[in-house]
Amino acid sequence: MKYVRQFTIILVVSFIGELLNYLIPLPVPASIYGLVIMLICLLTGVIPLHAVRDTGRFLVEVMPLMFIPGAVGLLESWGVLRPIWAPVLAITVVTTVAVMAATGRITQGIVRMGQKKEGGEAANE
Amino acid sequence: MNSFLQDSVFFGVAVSIIAYEAGSQLKKKFKTAIFNPLLIAVAATIVLLILCGIDYDSYYEGAKYLSYLLTPATVCLAIPMYEQMELLKKNWKAVMAGILSGVLTSLICILAMAAVFSLSHETYVTLLPKSITVAIGMGVSEELGGYVTITVAVILITGILGNMIGEGVCRLFRIKEPIARGVAIGTASHAIGTARAMEMGEVEGAMSSLSIAVAGLLTVAFASVFSFFW
Repeated sequence: MKYVRQFTIILVVSFIGELLNYLIPLPVPASIYGLVIMLICLLTGVIPLHAVRDTGRFLVEVMPLMFIPGAVGLLESWGVLRPIWAPVLAITVVTTVAVMAATGRITQGIVRMGQKKEGGEAANE
Repeated sequence: MNSFLQDSVFFGVAVSIIAYEAGSQLKKKFKTAIFNPLLIAVAATIVLLILCGIDYDSYYEGAKYLSYLLTPATVCLAIPMYEQMELLKKNWKAVMAGILSGVLTSLICILAMAAVFSLSHETYVTLLPKSITVAIGMGVSEELGGYVTITVAVILITGILGNMIGEGVCRLFRIKEPIARGVAIGTASHAIGTARAMEMGEVEGAMSSLSIAVAGLLTVAFASVFSFFW
């Protein structure tokens, strides 16, 4: 029953996310509301970690499988994609690589700057 | 027999999962980006559907139960984030600056390439939300007057690509900090990339999860501004 109980909590949080998505006229999906609610509940202790941990880890672990049905649906959108596939593919590849590189380098730079400063302060003390 | 397979609720899904598992084994053996489990599962399933003459709707009859779990699973991304909260608090400036620059890089790149390929305004706004999670991206595309079906397709392609090349791109650009790797993959390729980041490490997974939400919301704000530029 442990897993059922954990799954129930996760479903209730998902439902609250769905409800907020219905009530608030913002382009925020139910899953993102749910994620934020879950995080707040964990941080405030409303939901203790052990009450969702095992089922939650399992769901996160098998998450890639959940993208298969939607991606197989690409089969259906081939018709609309065909006339513009070449520029779309080029833009997708270039942008994805550029975003990853820029985001990663900038984040890494600032993280390391912080570490250096911290290291320096520790050495001065 | 053929019509039985065409109507089976379990056949297509079983094949998808077996192909995913086979892909995982191939990936372990050859360690090449092309043997990406998700790519192999999707490709194998598409080939199977075409060969057996199964239409997507009857495949989806069974496969929808996998999709059903997507929202609860996304909610559970809060768990790794919670477990890395200390690290997140300590590095929040780096994480936020990284995500913001990633979102702007994405929009500027798309703008520049829309000019290069002289795309129509509709195609341009269709592509603007390509790096963010499907549920948010669809809304952005619709609001700006894009083709929602194409947006969904491009978001999925971006995700699978990010899942495939994430690790390689990080190595190429010498991004070694786990925090930076997670933020990079999540910002560029939303939840599908995050699935890969989860496998790279706890910190990568948590940072990538956070980036899905933050990059998604920042893109909502900035995409409407960028829609005026082309």
